[in-house]
Amino acid sequence: MKHQFGDRRRLLQLSIAAIGFASASLALFIFMVTGTALIVVWVGVPVVVETVVKVRWLAELHRRRVGELLGEPIESPYLRRTEGNLLDQVRGLLRDPATWRDTVWLIANGTLGLALACVAVCEAVLDLLFWWLPPGLAMRAYARLSRALLAPSEKSRLALRVEQLTESRAETVDTQAAELRRIERDLHDGAQARLVALGMNLALAEDELARNPGAAKALLSEAREASSNALAELRDLVRGIHPPVLADRGLVGAVQALSLVGPVPVEVHSDLIGRLPAPVESAAYFAVAEGLANAIKHSGAHHMSITLSLENDLLSMVVRDDGTGGADPSRGTGLRGIARRLSAFDGALEVSSPPGGPTELAMVLPCASSLPKTLPSYGTA
Amino acid sequence: MRVVLAEDLALLRDGLIRLLEANDCEVVEAVDNGPSLLRALTTHRPDIAVVDVRLPPTFTDEGLRAAIEARAQVKGLPVLVLSQYVEQLYARELLADRSGGVGYLLKDRVFNVAQFIDAVRQVAAGGTAMDPEVVAQLLTRRSGDKPLASLTPREREVLEAMAEGRSNAAIATRMFVTEKAVSKHTNSIFSKLDLPPSEDDNRRVLAVLAYLNG
Repeated sequence: MKHQFGDRRRLLQLSIAAIGFASASLALFIFMVTGTALIVVWVGVPVVVETVVKVRWLAELHRRRVGELLGEPIESPYLRRTEGNLLDQVRGLLRDPATWRDTVWLIANGTLGLALACVAVCEAVLDLLFWWLPPGLAMRAYARLSRALLAPSEKSRLALRVEQLTESRAETVDTQAAELRRIERDLHDGAQARLVALGMNLALAEDELARNPGAAKALLSEAREASSNALAELRDLVRGIHPPVLADRGLVGAVQALSLVGPVPVEVHSDLIGRLPAPVESAAYFAVAEGLANAIKHSGAHHMSITLSLENDLLSMVVRDDGTGGADPSRGTGLRGIARRLSAFDGALEVSSPPGGPTELAMVLPCASSLPKTLPSYGTA
Repeated sequence: MRVVLAEDLALLRDGLIRLLEANDCEVVEAVDNGPSLLRALTTHRPDIAVVDVRLPPTFTDEGLRAAIEARAQVKGLPVLVLSQYVEQLYARELLADRSGGVGYLLKDRVFNVAQFIDAVRQVAAGGTAMDPEVVAQLLTRRSGDKPLASLTPREREVLEAMAEGRSNAAIATRMFVTEKAVSKHTNSIFSKLDLPPSEDDNRRVLAVLAYLNG
């Protein structure tokens, strides 16, 4: 009973606040109209920009409140704001479909919303007096109206998605370019240089052979060593590009192979059957490898575990360690790298690492049917 | 010694044939893919198979699979696997049947002809020859409370050399001690790892296996 009374008192507070919101909307709408009219004499431009910013702030606040009232959050629809001079900013704001919907909401909230909010206040007072009747009909109607106008439209959703994809693609392209540069440099300074040295040694040995067999022999054994070193460098390089065991055995085998060579015991659990699409395998392998390396380097763990599972075309990978915890994805480049790798495939990383441990990296990666077949299967390669 | 060779790159195949035949080996058949390898091994039953891990048709671990399959059919068939890279996972799989006669080496080990031929002989005689890189990977691991932890540093060194396929005589030369001292170490290793007295070769294999699984 008391609880119900509390609920109803809260409803009254919300209704009164709604009147405030609605009035603020009306005021902002008036600013907006004035600003737009003043654009011809230039002063209007900063007024409009400032007003839109305030509108967004108000709308966000409103989204949160209405979301709480209706029991499900309302997503924010805004694209990232354009930087630059005032004119660029205005152009950016006008291009965002959410700006237009916000304006519609301003009008609706300032008129119909205001009326509903007034009714809601009266109703809330009556609700308090007649507690046995169902409360808050007008407030609920007000909340529904707000949600209809404030939730992102299909157009906003698409625009947001395009923005995300553009960002992750740019990151992928950058990472790939950097990766190629690294490979080029490694080959140039490593294996290639050693092969040049090898060729020179062989040529010298050829010259010395008749005159000084002893010197020729020394040169030949130097040449042999150079070729061994070149091979070792190429091996390391290949492992970094696409580990052969991943090609041979797929994700589970490669992760098992990984778990065997670390300095810390690692348990591997998996319910994967068969092979995943090659790009997914590769992204997943490097994400797990990075997670493992990160834990070994920073956590001081004595025991680790890796769990791989596949459900509804969603690959989930969990790397746990019993180390000291306190891993922060916003600081560590390792964790950021994992998140970047996964985001290229619409995957995500979640880190749980309280100080004192344990640390858990939960990674998900959509796979199979959602990806176009980009590579031939290994069977025919 | 009769050898079956599996290597898909003609350049390397010819080189290996030349190298083996220059060292008293007769290459009875040289194949370039997995299925032919399995057939050749089961029909010729050679003294040793020298096999490249990656072979057609899949270009993955076809050679390794064929070798393991052949050993399932012809028990204890000696196999020396060559590869551009080594994985502990594969070393364990090769040794899993505990019957010895297994080698797993990087292809570059061929450069040192004497050591390579030594490894071929070891494996053909039922011993093991693991690449130093497999052994080195193991050194990075912490050995917990396993029986391996009770080995003295000297004994570990001997066990590593055994894993690489060195004979007692070779180990003695490498460690600058007498062969008798080495055999004292090996006996101590066998008893610490709880390996009952049996044919020495077999115990060596089991000791190496314990080492790889540690």
